[in-house]
Amino acid sequence: MAKLHVTTTINGEPTEFLCDPSQSMLDVLRNTLGLTGSKEGCGTGDCGACSITLDGRLTCSCLVLAAEVGGHEINTIEGMAQGDELHPLQQKFLEMAALQCGICTPGVLMAARALLEKNPDPTETEVRFWLAGNLCRCTGYDKIVRAVLETAAEMRSAA
Amino acid sequence: MTDIRYLAPPTLDEAVSAFAAAQGAARILAGGTDLLVQMRNGMARPGTIIDIKKIPEMTSVTESADGGFWVGAAVSGAALAEHPRFGKVWPGVLEAINLIGSTQVQGRASPGGNLCHGSPAADSVPAMVAAGAVVTIAGPNGRRTMPVEAFPAGPGRTNLAAGEILVGFTLPARPAGSGDAYLRMIPRTEMDIAVVGVGVSLTMAGGVVAAARVGLGAAAPTVLLVPDAARALVGSKLDDAALNAAAAACSAACKPIDDKRGTIVYRTKVAAVLLKRAAAIAADRAQGKA
Repeated sequence: MAKLHVTTTINGEPTEFLCDPSQSMLDVLRNTLGLTGSKEGCGTGDCGACSITLDGRLTCSCLVLAAEVGGHEINTIEGMAQGDELHPLQQKFLEMAALQCGICTPGVLMAARALLEKNPDPTETEVRFWLAGNLCRCTGYDKIVRAVLETAAEMRSAA
Repeated sequence: MTDIRYLAPPTLDEAVSAFAAAQGAARILAGGTDLLVQMRNGMARPGTIIDIKKIPEMTSVTESADGGFWVGAAVSGAALAEHPRFGKVWPGVLEAINLIGSTQVQGRASPGGNLCHGSPAADSVPAMVAAGAVVTIAGPNGRRTMPVEAFPAGPGRTNLAAGEILVGFTLPARPAGSGDAYLRMIPRTEMDIAVVGVGVSLTMAGGVVAAARVGLGAAAPTVLLVPDAARALVGSKLDDAALNAAAAACSAACKPIDDKRGTIVYRTKVAAVLLKRAAAIAADRAQGKA
């Protein structure tokens, strides 16, 4: 069976790739396009390590077929920093040590950014519920949640 | 590596033709949160994947002039939550749909997929049953409709005939003084499957229940409409006697299984508790108190 030719936009860049009809977007990101920031944890939509946005909406790239994304806009963790300048969430995660092994971190950051774009002033409860689909086996979540709340406060005062 | 075909037809007619032509070897793709998992673990090996998200009718939420709603089968939970009106008119249906999975899953998963998956524990279904939703189905012989409670046939099975596709849900116009609610019991606070779920929709007039519908999930091989529970509520002021009678009817309707999530005894008891609590929330919403 011939491969499918898909034209899409990834982190603002027009992008083309070839894929099999049953290939996941995560597989294409990592293994065809070399964008290995999105991680494969479970491959079944439970852990959130592969989180991307598709037309601005947070989703697990393991649950998206690459064939589906033609004409749509994808953002991945690779697009989060602007050159050498980290996103405030990335900077705060470093400052507050909101990560240990780092496997879940790209997904957590993508999810946290999506939350703050929608709700710049979330409560701790709202952060915890929003991030419930991002599993971390190291930190116990407290540092992650505190870093998200602290970033939100800083971004509000800077705005 | 694979001989799967991927199609994304722009019209329902083309989707129905392609689905029928595949003679059972095709699977419909909406949000993919069930299908891609099944493909990965080998439970599904479709010859053709038919993505319905390019069909406007299946991805739209529209409010009709009389106040009814159309919800396309492939509308995501996140899209429904962003609709300016839907959650105001049907807060119980929306909260049920938004309980399914994580934020990431909400970005893709649809009430149509939740219904077609056929799980007795599907969170959106008891709320849709309580709402009196009617589903539209399209197939080689045209369109037909059925009440949502007639759609499930058993665990993992539906009453779709060969070649038929779920198109969407019609929710009826809402009389003034109406409210709905959905509650599920889970041992955690998030990201879990219902041990029992109860949806209640009420219309109140002068503090008295004028109309009621009750949907019960995870307590039988299919989600159930519980007319006896509704009858016990209608005409009452939701006093203890009426609530106890409705709760008893809800328990009596239970035909659950014993499994790792709950025992028969536990599910039967919890169904009664959830009925009372959901009815109280629905009544508050109906009377503008919540």
